[in-house]
Amino acid sequence: MTNMAENNRAVMGLKEKFASSLLEIKEFRGEVTVTVKKEDIIAICKCLKEEMGYNLLTDVTAVDYCGKAPRFMVVYNLYSIPTKDRLRVKAPVEESDTSIASATCLWNAANFLEREVYDLFGITFTGHPDLRRILMTDDWVGHPLRKDYPLQGPDREPYKGRLS
Amino acid sequence: MGVDQQPLGDNIITASLDGLVNWARKSSIWPMTFGLACCAIEMMATGASHHDLDRFGIIFRASPRQSDCIIIAGTVTKKMLPVIKTVYEQMPEPKWVVAMGACACSGGIFDTYSVVQGIDEALPVDVYIPGCPPRPEALLFGLMKLQDKIMKEKNSFGSSIGLGERLEPAA
Amino acid sequence: MASTEIMTVNMGPQHPSTHGVLRLVVELDGEVIQKITPHIGYLHRGVEKLSEHRTYHQTLPLTDRLDYLAPMSNNLGYVLAVEKLLGIEVPERAQTIRVIMAELTRLKSHLVWIACHALDIGAMTVFIYAFREREKVMAIYEKISGARMTSNYFRIGGLSSEVYDGFERDVKEVVDTFPGHFDTYEGLLTKNTIWVQRTVGNGVISAEDAIDYGITGPALRGSGVDWDLRRDNPYSGYEKYNFQVPVGKNCDTYDRYKVRLVEMREAVKIIKQALDSLKPGPILADAPQVCYPPKDDVYNTIEGLIHHFKIASEGFPVPEGEVYQSVENPKGELGYYLVSDGGNKPYRMRIRPPSFVNLGAIEKMAKGAMIADLVAVIGTLDIVLGEIDR
Repeated sequence: MTNMAENNRAVMGLKEKFASSLLEIKEFRGEVTVTVKKEDIIAICKCLKEEMGYNLLTDVTAVDYCGKAPRFMVVYNLYSIPTKDRLRVKAPVEESDTSIASATCLWNAANFLEREVYDLFGITFTGHPDLRRILMTDDWVGHPLRKDYPLQGPDREPYKGRLS
Repeated sequence: MGVDQQPLGDNIITASLDGLVNWARKSSIWPMTFGLACCAIEMMATGASHHDLDRFGIIFRASPRQSDCIIIAGTVTKKMLPVIKTVYEQMPEPKWVVAMGACACSGGIFDTYSVVQGIDEALPVDVYIPGCPPRPEALLFGLMKLQDKIMKEKNSFGSSIGLGERLEPAA
Repeated sequence: MASTEIMTVNMGPQHPSTHGVLRLVVELDGEVIQKITPHIGYLHRGVEKLSEHRTYHQTLPLTDRLDYLAPMSNNLGYVLAVEKLLGIEVPERAQTIRVIMAELTRLKSHLVWIACHALDIGAMTVFIYAFREREKVMAIYEKISGARMTSNYFRIGGLSSEVYDGFERDVKEVVDTFPGHFDTYEGLLTKNTIWVQRTVGNGVISAEDAIDYGITGPALRGSGVDWDLRRDNPYSGYEKYNFQVPVGKNCDTYDRYKVRLVEMREAVKIIKQALDSLKPGPILADAPQVCYPPKDDVYNTIEGLIHHFKIASEGFPVPEGEVYQSVENPKGELGYYLVSDGGNKPYRMRIRPPSFVNLGAIEKMAKGAMIADLVAVIGTLDIVLGEIDR
C-alpha cells in the first residue's frame, strides 16, 4: 500500500523539493494524504498548484484531535482538473499557536473556507483579507466545532434522556 | 342593468359584526413569504400548481406590512431569531403565527448550540403543524385550523376601532 | 462630473428572491453594484457537530436536510463515504436504483431551479409548470421512501427496501413525458426577449476565475470547463452509462441556463439506460455487521431482533482512517470528509457544500452590474441555504 503512495507523481515531486518539511505520507482506500510542516504550507500548495496541476482547491477544513499534540490538523483537499486526481495535504497546528498562513494568495476559494475554519475552530489564518466569523454571530463566544465545546452550547444543561 | 333588476338586489343579510369581520379575515389570510429551510419548499409546493393555496384566499405577500399571518417554515437559529422578531413586530394587528414543522415547533432533530428549541420561546404560536417537513396537505389542514380559530374570536370588530380587547377563544 | 454618494442597501435575510435566508449588504453607486458582502449563517444548525454525537446510521437523516432540494444526492455521497471507509461493495441492483434516484433528484432540483430562477426574473408561468412536473417526481419519492422530501431511502450497504410494484412504470412515465416538458420551458424562455436580455452577458465569470473561486457543477461547466465527477471520477456505476456533459461558451447566466437544461435531458437519458439495465438481485451488501437484517427476520426470529437492536442502538465500529468522497450534486461537487477513530460515531464529518463555495464568487460575478441583475445572479448560482450554513 505504501508503495502506491510513494509512487504518486505529486508525492515524488514534493519529496524532491520539500524533503525536510514532509512529516508523513499515507495511503488509505486509494487516497493519498501528505502531512507537512505548517511553515511550508503555502510554498507546497504553490508548487502543487503551479507545477503539478492541482488547480482546484476543493476544501479547507480542520480536525480537532483534542487531548493529543498537536491538537489541530488543517486539511486541504486539492484536485487537479487536467489529470482528475485528488491529493490531501494536512498541516498540524499547535493549541498554543493556532495560526497558519492563509491560502487566499493562491486561491480565492480559500476566503470563505478559511473564515469558516476560523469561526468554528478558532484557527487564525495570517494574511487573510477579511477574517471574520461567518456562520455564528459576531459576538459569539467560543468555537463550536472544538471537541471541548458542548453540543447543546455552554449555557444549557445537556439533555440526558437519550443515548447521545 | 341596475341593481334593481337583480333578483336578490334589495335583500338584507343580518349577521353579527364579529361573524362578518371574522369571516372576512379568515377568507383572506395573507401570509408572509418567509421561508427558512426545508419546510419553505413544501410551503412553496402548497402555493404552487398542485395544491393551490389561492383557492382559500391565501396569497403570499412579500412585505410584513401587508401580511397578517407568519408561517415559521423551518429551523429558527439564534442568529435568525432577532430578525424574525423584527419582522413579526412590523406586521399590523391582527396577526397570527403558524409554526410549521418539527424545527419550528420544538427544534426538531437539531438539538444543538445554534438552534432555538421552538419558535414559541419568542412568538405566540396559534397553530403547530408537526412533520419533517409537513406535507402540503398538513399545511392546508393547519391553515384551516387557523381559520376555525379566527372564526371563534370575540370582539374582533370592536377591538379594531379601539373598543375593548380582542378575545381569543380558549384552546 | 457630479459627485455621487455610495448607498448601502441591505437585502435579506427575509427577501423573496434570496432563496432562503441569505443576507447581502450591497454598496451601490446609483444603480451599479460596487461591493457585495454576503452574510450567512442564519440557518446554521450544527449538522457537523451533531454528527459527531450520532452513530453512522443516525447521521444519515441529517444529510437529507442539507440540500433539501436534492436529498437523495446528499444521502448518496454520505453512504458512499461510509462504504469507502468500511471497504464494502454494494450489489449492482442497489447501485442502479441509487443512480435512478440520484438522477430523478437532479431533475427535481433543476426543476426548482428553473422555477425560481424564472420567477425571480418575472416569468411566472414556468414556475407553475415546473412545480407541476416536480410533483411527479415527488410522487415516486413518496412511494419509494414514504416521504416527499426527506427521504432517507439509501442505507449504508445498499437500500432500505426493495422498490415498490410499479416503480418501473412510474419512472418510465417520467422518462417518456419529461423531454416534452423541457421543450415547453425552452419554448417559454430560450428565445423570449425579456429572458435573453436579462440573462445574456449577466454574471460573467471566466473559466480561470471560476476555478480560482472553487466553483463546481453546472456553474463551472457554464464557464466552459469540461468537468463532471460522474464521468471523470465515476462512482456508483456511472461509468456504465453513456451521457454527454454540456459545456457553455460565454460564461454567462444564459449559458448556465442552457447547460442545466441539457443536463436535465441527459439525466433522463441516464435514467432510461439505468432502468433498462435493472436486473433482479440483492439490494444490501453481504455485510451483516453493518446492514440491517431483513424485516421478516426482525419480526419473526429472536436472532434477527437482537441483530437489528444491536445495529440500531449502538451502531457498528468503523476502521480507523479518513476518506473524502464526493458526488456530482445538482449544485456542484458535494464532498464528505470523514475521519474515524475506530468508534461507532464519526470523529469528524466535514461536508464540502457546493453552494457555500459557489456563493463566494457572487461579488466577482455581480460587481459592476445593475442592482436588478443581482437577482439573476443569485438564481443562476442556484444556492440552497441549508447546505451553505449546515
